[in-house]
Amino acid sequence: MEMLDIENLHAEIAGKEILKGINLQIEAGTVHAIMGPNGSGKSTLSNVLSGHPAYTVTQGKVTFKGKDLLSLPVENRSHEGLFMSFQYPVEIPGVSMTNFMRTAINEKRRYLGLDPMSPTEFLKLMKEKRDLVKLDAKFMNRSVNEGFSGGEKKRNEIFQMAVLEPSLSILDETDSGLDIDALRIVAEGVNSLKTPESSALVITHYQRLLDYIKPDVVHVLYAGRIIRTAGPELALELEERGYDWLIKEFEEKNR
Amino acid sequence: MSETSYSEIFNANRSLIDAGSSPVMSSLRDRAYGCHSKYGLPGTKVEEYLHTDLSQWLSADWGMNLGRVALPVNPSEAFRCSVPNLSTQMHFMAGDSYISKEGHTGLPDGVLAGSLLELSRSHADIVSRYLGTLADMEKPGIAALDTMFMQDGFMVYVPRNVQIEKPVQLVSLMPDAVQMLACRRILVVVEQGASLRLLLCDHSSAKKPCMSMQVAECFVADNASLEVYDLEETSATNTRVTECYVSQQRDSRVMIQNLSLHNGKTRNSVHSCFKGPGASIEVNGIAILDGGQHVDNFTFVDHEATDCQSRELFKYVLDGKSTGSFAGKVLVRPDAQRTSSQQTNRNICLTPEARMWTQPQLEIYADDVKCSHGATVGQLDEKALFYMQQRGIPMKEARMLLMLAFLGEVIDRIPLDPLRSRLLGLVELRLRHGQSRCEGCGVCK
Repeated sequence: MEMLDIENLHAEIAGKEILKGINLQIEAGTVHAIMGPNGSGKSTLSNVLSGHPAYTVTQGKVTFKGKDLLSLPVENRSHEGLFMSFQYPVEIPGVSMTNFMRTAINEKRRYLGLDPMSPTEFLKLMKEKRDLVKLDAKFMNRSVNEGFSGGEKKRNEIFQMAVLEPSLSILDETDSGLDIDALRIVAEGVNSLKTPESSALVITHYQRLLDYIKPDVVHVLYAGRIIRTAGPELALELEERGYDWLIKEFEEKNR
Repeated sequence: MSETSYSEIFNANRSLIDAGSSPVMSSLRDRAYGCHSKYGLPGTKVEEYLHTDLSQWLSADWGMNLGRVALPVNPSEAFRCSVPNLSTQMHFMAGDSYISKEGHTGLPDGVLAGSLLELSRSHADIVSRYLGTLADMEKPGIAALDTMFMQDGFMVYVPRNVQIEKPVQLVSLMPDAVQMLACRRILVVVEQGASLRLLLCDHSSAKKPCMSMQVAECFVADNASLEVYDLEETSATNTRVTECYVSQQRDSRVMIQNLSLHNGKTRNSVHSCFKGPGASIEVNGIAILDGGQHVDNFTFVDHEATDCQSRELFKYVLDGKSTGSFAGKVLVRPDAQRTSSQQTNRNICLTPEARMWTQPQLEIYADDVKCSHGATVGQLDEKALFYMQQRGIPMKEARMLLMLAFLGEVIDRIPLDPLRSRLLGLVELRLRHGQSRCEGCGVCK
């Protein structure tokens, strides 16, 4: 079954067109990687999918688990199972992790027509998921991301992903700012959450993360379009040769 | 009504005022009358009142209850949201009159708590030593006016080395059917080494326009501790003006919190002075405003003695077309070396129509001091809102969490846990339902 179907997606920010006709299908149970040089539109794509208010979709259609994704408010996209791990997780002073997670879980349960989670069940779930990404219990009393190191912030993203059990996880440059140990913890977290029903879209600059999270399909995004789609071997080739040869090919074809 | 007419009312009713009062109170009136005639009520040309026209507020023909007619107020009807075991004693005032108390437990020996009128008769020696000696009548304001007309109020006296852990609470109500101006006088004396927590709840929710004046004088002796939480949950038709004067002796500790949860028009001012070294004060406040509500906080901290600390934190959330003002003045006198002073005012305007004025002022004449101040006016953090929404928290709830976190920083400074969680709960109710009162929350129904 198709998890996500993006058809001819065009989007702009402040009147400037960034996405110029994206077509992309993600099957349930698969991992897709999107690579590409700076400014190609990778982060725009993840922001448009999650519903960032600064971006306007001007053309195209996105179907997520059979629903028209673009017509859903941001929070309902999340309730339906879309998760975006932020490149720069936001600090929220004064809102404790516990309060934040409890609200997030119970809002989702309300959307699904379930009663709020019991306190014991909640505590058990928090512990189980914290262990997965090796996040200390004391983090739960701290304000969301406030004073967290870069690695802690990213682990916190994966922790929240583990708690919310999304069908589709978009990892936006999750590897940026991570040392090799943190990278391994994050990647192990992501891998252990993989099920035949869930998919991931890994957005990254480098091959490095893909050593740990093995993609089934690799796409190259350039100037708002996907210019190449292939198997995992493409990532290795890009690592060796860079993007120039692909861009050149693309530009010659479009001349 | 102008100054002249308050003077006229005063002269015409002097015997009535004195009859319903005590000799200790009445002995202060001639001087008060003189000061009021000289300085009058401040308009917006007075620097401390730039955004609150007090002469305008007091110009309405409010009517006063100088004949001391019993006012129809039922405390149990009007205030149901009490928390068991939060307070040691709960006292009630209706308009300008002390009406009753509900004692949960007795207070320690020697503590006086109750009607200022009664105590100024029964304990004239103590009251005369303090009453009227701190409120500054030599300037435009309400201290003189309040002293001219005061007939009753609330008083707490804590003798040496007596500690009262749970708050003593005063609930002020207004009669529903009468449009009036109430003068409420408060006297607090905390003797050497003693401690007191005072929770003042202004629950005047009358449907008719009402106005209250509250002048408080707080005397905090050597090594004593005082916390005053002045919580306002009134209605949109309510006008309130308060002046709180604090005098601190050596090594004393004071916290004042002015919490404006729901109101009409409010002006609160705190005037504190360090009379001895090593003392500290925290003056904090929050205001939650919407519609056409107005809150103006003015603080003046006078560092007269050495080695004292003052810390101020005021936070406002303004919605609708509400207006807010904060002005804080810190004066460090030439001999007040090693003063430490910090003043912060942060504000969030939720709409383009909401207006906030903020004005920190530092006047420093000593050279060995640490003083800082900061003020900001901004909006809710859009990045945080999007982040929360992405995790499934709807916009409305996300905004609520951010506002609660923002204001919670002030409430978090309250040392007593049951009081802190209770006040935080009230703030949350106000943010969720537009009002913090029982009628809105449904919890008590």
